[in-house]
Amino acid sequence: MIAIIDYGCGNLFSLSRSLQFLGIESKITGDAAEISDADKIILPGVGAFGDAAEKLNSTGHADLLKKLAKEGRYILGICLGMQLLFEKSYEYGEHSGLGLLEGGVYPLDADISGLKVPHMGWNKLDIVRDDPIFANTGKDDYFYFVHSFYAKNCDSCLLATAEYGVDVPAVAGRDNVYGTQFHPEKSGEKGLALLKTFAEL
Amino acid sequence: MITKRIIPCLDVRDGRVVKGVNFEGIKDVASPVDMAKFYNESGADELVFYDITASHEGRRLFTDILRQAASEVFIPLTVGGGINTLDDFDRVLKCGADKVSVNSGAIKNPELIGKAAKKYGDQCVVLSMDVKRVDGQFRVFQNGGRIDTGIDALEWAVYGQKNGAGELVVNSIDTDGLKNGFDLEMLKAISDLVTIPVIASGGAGKKEDFLDLFNAGVADAGLAASIFHFKQVNIKELKLYLRENNIEMRI
Repeated sequence: MIAIIDYGCGNLFSLSRSLQFLGIESKITGDAAEISDADKIILPGVGAFGDAAEKLNSTGHADLLKKLAKEGRYILGICLGMQLLFEKSYEYGEHSGLGLLEGGVYPLDADISGLKVPHMGWNKLDIVRDDPIFANTGKDDYFYFVHSFYAKNCDSCLLATAEYGVDVPAVAGRDNVYGTQFHPEKSGEKGLALLKTFAEL
Repeated sequence: MITKRIIPCLDVRDGRVVKGVNFEGIKDVASPVDMAKFYNESGADELVFYDITASHEGRRLFTDILRQAASEVFIPLTVGGGINTLDDFDRVLKCGADKVSVNSGAIKNPELIGKAAKKYGDQCVVLSMDVKRVDGQFRVFQNGGRIDTGIDALEWAVYGQKNGAGELVVNSIDTDGLKNGFDLEMLKAISDLVTIPVIASGGAGKKEDFLDLFNAGVADAGLAASIFHFKQVNIKELKLYLRENNIEMRI
């Protein structure tokens, strides 16, 4: 069973339905016991980093996720959920993340010019390090992005980038902890294939 | 780099997809859920569900249809028609919509744009406008193109962006249904004034029209309905054609 963490951030409908469509058992839950019992965990998220980090802390999910990650539990962060895996974010102030991946989250508009922010739409991956998460992903596959902040200084866990004025980290991962900046649950067949791959890791 | 997008629009009434010519003479096409699946398989980058009668008759969207479609099609979904309040946003977002398009609701209550952007994020708010030339001015029309609001479309587009709209849909009433190409002049006038993505609507009749649109650099996406519904243009072939002509497309 995959636990989709419900901490009041974001719309979980499509994520939950996409797993159901794939025949993968999942549950939207905020319950610590259920999360602890899950084979794998997905950390979703839409909205502001500061709010989301505070909610993860106040609900106790932050400590639980750190503990389960250390024990080797597979975790996938999606969009803001990926950003929360890093050490810090500079989205309207400075906020601490979960620190499960090395790197920080910075505003995209400071580093690109002449391009629209948010980075919204379908973009292609450049896989920089091969990883089992890409078992069903090719170099010409497109994924759906919507974000205004992006990860930097994350070479130690960088798996794939997408070109948008800069090389935007699109997939990060280290051992059992993964993150995708794009929304696999909104990326058609290729997105579903990646979710399935994660579920089967 | 991100691709240009091809977006079929499903105008829905009474749970069925319809498409008018100049908003009149509506013909039934098919089931919205089947159409959504068909378009997803053909490579549509996004889908728009639009309740064409909602603003006129105050009808609510058929959220069960949306929920069904969102349970089987995993690409971005935009929902419009009859969106007048934050509760309307909430209702469709809970059923799997990713973006919500406001049209008449924002004309009646312009603050809705800002309030929704603050609550759900700019990326979620699409300002859709039906525009027609009146006395040499681009004028915003309301209620499916029936009422001239007197609002200047250029000012309205700028207002929308300033208040948090994440995208603009510009539907030219002048070219809608004529299948003679998008309204490049109108689109240029508007896209020159905003930095948010502009989705062109109204007038597509053949694949060359999309190439002209993207080559003109006046839109990030092309939206159409009847030419896709009646299979005059096949989305897969259209995207291959555009890619062969150096427009980046997700195939």
